Amino acid sequence: MNSKKGSVAAHVVMGLMAVYFLLPFWWLLVAATKNNQGLFQSDSLWFSGFHLFENLKQVFTGQDGVFLIWLRNSAFYAAVSGVGATVVSALAGYAFAKLRFPGRNKLFALLLGLIMVPATALVLPTYLLMSQANLVDTIWAVILPSLLNPFGVYLLRVYVADSIPDEMLEAARIDGAGEFRVFRSVVLPAMRPALVTVLLFSMVASWNNFFLPLVMLSDDQLYPLTVGLRTWYMSAIMGNGAGATFSVIVTGALVAIVPLIVAFLMLQRYWRGGLTLGSVK
Amino acid sequence: MTEVQTSPAAAPAAAGPSPKVSTRRATHLREAATGWLFVLPFVVLLIAFLLLPLAYAFKISLYRSTLIEGEVFAFTDNYQQAINDPLVREGVVRVLIFGLIQTPVMIGLALLAALLIDSATSRFSRFFRLAAFVPYAVPVVIGTLMWGFLYSDSVGPFAGLGIDFTASDTVLASLGNIVTWQWAGYNMIVLYAALQGLPKEIYESARIDGASEVQIALRIKTPMISSALVLATLFTIMGTLQFFTEPLILQPLNPGSITQHYTPNMYAYGQAFSFQQYNYSAAISFLLGAVVFIGSYIFLFATRKRSALQ
Repeated sequence: MNSKKGSVAAHVVMGLMAVYFLLPFWWLLVAATKNNQGLFQSDSLWFSGFHLFENLKQVFTGQDGVFLIWLRNSAFYAAVSGVGATVVSALAGYAFAKLRFPGRNKLFALLLGLIMVPATALVLPTYLLMSQANLVDTIWAVILPSLLNPFGVYLLRVYVADSIPDEMLEAARIDGAGEFRVFRSVVLPAMRPALVTVLLFSMVASWNNFFLPLVMLSDDQLYPLTVGLRTWYMSAIMGNGAGATFSVIVTGALVAIVPLIVAFLMLQRYWRGGLTLGSVK
Repeated sequence: MTEVQTSPAAAPAAAGPSPKVSTRRATHLREAATGWLFVLPFVVLLIAFLLLPLAYAFKISLYRSTLIEGEVFAFTDNYQQAINDPLVREGVVRVLIFGLIQTPVMIGLALLAALLIDSATSRFSRFFRLAAFVPYAVPVVIGTLMWGFLYSDSVGPFAGLGIDFTASDTVLASLGNIVTWQWAGYNMIVLYAALQGLPKEIYESARIDGASEVQIALRIKTPMISSALVLATLFTIMGTLQFFTEPLILQPLNPGSITQHYTPNMYAYGQAFSFQQYNYSAAISFLLGAVVFIGSYIFLFATRKRSALQ
């Protein structure tokens, strides 16, 4: 009886917390269906009129369709940085786990030490170096630094060390496979679950990135969604220019998070896999 | 079978290196070369986007840009200026206070949620696990924009309460709420993963001894995941020291309460990109980065023994 009461209490607490976590999403969903007037004049947590499609049209056609360009940029940066970072991490993670080369342990200790260097300490000097290389305000300024993922290397090294037996690699070598062949046909397939996790985390990190593109880019045709939406938000708050209205920004925000939430729901297993691996350390 | 001879003259095995040893050496060489080839892209990136920028930031932080003489060596001048700068101090004190309050609140909430989903196995608890984690999938910029609207007295649902969420005495709490909303679920999953790794037999024997579920949660489960808790706390504190995106996004709502020097990072950003004070900015970020880095490293070192066991 006592435990039943406890279970009810537990569910009430979880229910309240769920309301807290989901309320902003509900608000966003409702707000995206209102026009600008409705946004200001109706109950903010309930529907009033249905203008979602008008809003979407405004989002995608406003300012010569710059939102679509931002969306495309975000997707492009995420895809290139994500795949690139995963490939680099896979090669290095495998080498750290299974290949004996001079300096391996020192290099890995260096990596462990540098995993903790905060990004904020790097953005300014990276910007200055990039500007000396004439790369500021190009896609490379955003993509190249995102290819470095020490945590991905660490994660894949742990995974390879635990899940791929040396005998498997030896067998492939005895069959006459070269090192790259061994990597491609034996190692890569065996590390696939961890690769998906690293890919997912690097893509999301790139999609969510703000500080780096904020500093590196000034051409609004190169902006990712995060930086672009902020400029809309600032001009709407300051009330200057023919910028976007609140209803457009709200709808734009909804459009920006939908792909992430879909990816998140579909790939739950890998999210959790990554966090679990990360927490074990 | 086909032992490769190193020299055409059949030397006795004892005199020179045996064929077996030399093939082994060749294998070693090949493995070393392959190893370096495989880590090469990573090493290049590590140098270009981590070591080089760090060294460069350190270098320019030791110089000072003057109108007449150009860049002059100033040794620790910039650092002394940063340490004595009241605006830096104000920002540091603010993020410290923020970290001291926000961290226990958020980790506490995450722990409570993790303990709940660990003990309840209903369909709702699975739904709750998702609901709590979804905010983590939202970009910080967009999460902050959403809360900016929610805090608004014209379009937000709390407009009737008559609270000014961006006033100078409430804005830090409002920012803390955004961070909690975004990261509590993430920490919940990390702690939940640690709870799932505990042996279940202990709970059984505690139950037989008459312990209630609450007692099991507080006296057995929580102490057993203390290392995960400490780690989550550390990462949260490190994050709050670097506080940047949330206050920057909310700044236009009330530039009077979220100033240009609200956090050390915002100050460094403003010094660099609004005033072109690259040397001074580098000194501030380097100082902040060093504090974060050394703190983390001491922690990692202290917990190394524990992780080596696993």
